[in-house]
Amino acid sequence: MTTRTTDRIDKQILLRAPRARVWKAITDSQEFGDWFQTKFNGPFIPGQSVRGRVTHPGYEHVSVDFVIERIEPERYFSYRWHPNAIDTSVDYSGEPMTLVEFTLEEKPEGTLLTVSESGFDGIPIERRAAALKGNDSGWTGQIKAIEAWLRKHPVAPAR
Amino acid sequence: MTATRKLGTLEESARVFDALGDPTRLGLVARLCRGGPQSIAGLTGGSDVTRQAVTKHLRILEAAGLVRGLRQGRESRWEMEPERLEIAREYLAMMSERWTARLDALRRHVEKDSSG
Repeated sequence: MTTRTTDRIDKQILLRAPRARVWKAITDSQEFGDWFQTKFNGPFIPGQSVRGRVTHPGYEHVSVDFVIERIEPERYFSYRWHPNAIDTSVDYSGEPMTLVEFTLEEKPEGTLLTVSESGFDGIPIERRAAALKGNDSGWTGQIKAIEAWLRKHPVAPAR
Repeated sequence: MTATRKLGTLEESARVFDALGDPTRLGLVARLCRGGPQSIAGLTGGSDVTRQAVTKHLRILEAAGLVRGLRQGRESRWEMEPERLEIAREYLAMMSERWTARLDALRRHVEKDSSG
């Protein structure tokens, strides 16, 4: 990240897999859920909402809603959601959502995936502070657990 | 996260605010970082920017939640709102880490059947 904004995240990753393969992994809601650790109750359709249940141990009580924005086959996919909406006692519906965008580009070595999430400055600062407070026992630990799990299970479950 | 936490170096601050893209406002931010809370008179001293222009720029910084003005007698004193900024930056770093982990998981997911 070259610009120190507080509003958006931009990530790039070169995946050694064909574009069609990456496209399916990000737009097939079941496959998306495999790596995102969320089980969705329907497909991703532009203009529609889809609910997912977090499958990560300890967070099964949490559900997330994706509002699918745009799908341009094998090139672009976007949705809006409330990031970090893990406190089930909080009603997040009145707060602005962030926009998550996936862009695919074919490269000789595979597929270049760009992921951007923007709109964080719309999230109340108190909400962001609360997310940080819970971070030590929550996500930092969870990410470590995910990493450990992935090291032990490099192959995703067959479907 | 404590209120006593300092904002960071001037260079770092400049990077944070480069989205503002205005040299006068960056200069004001630098003065507030270096000199602590100051009056408008203190902020205009030694520069050829008018009091009116400085006030206008401070209002813009205030609207962005980066500085705040505290009424003190007849004058306002202005200070950085470092905690707010620090929260915003730490939060973004946390969310960025999450994407790193998720994209790692995605990589494993899509490369498993392309590597062999």
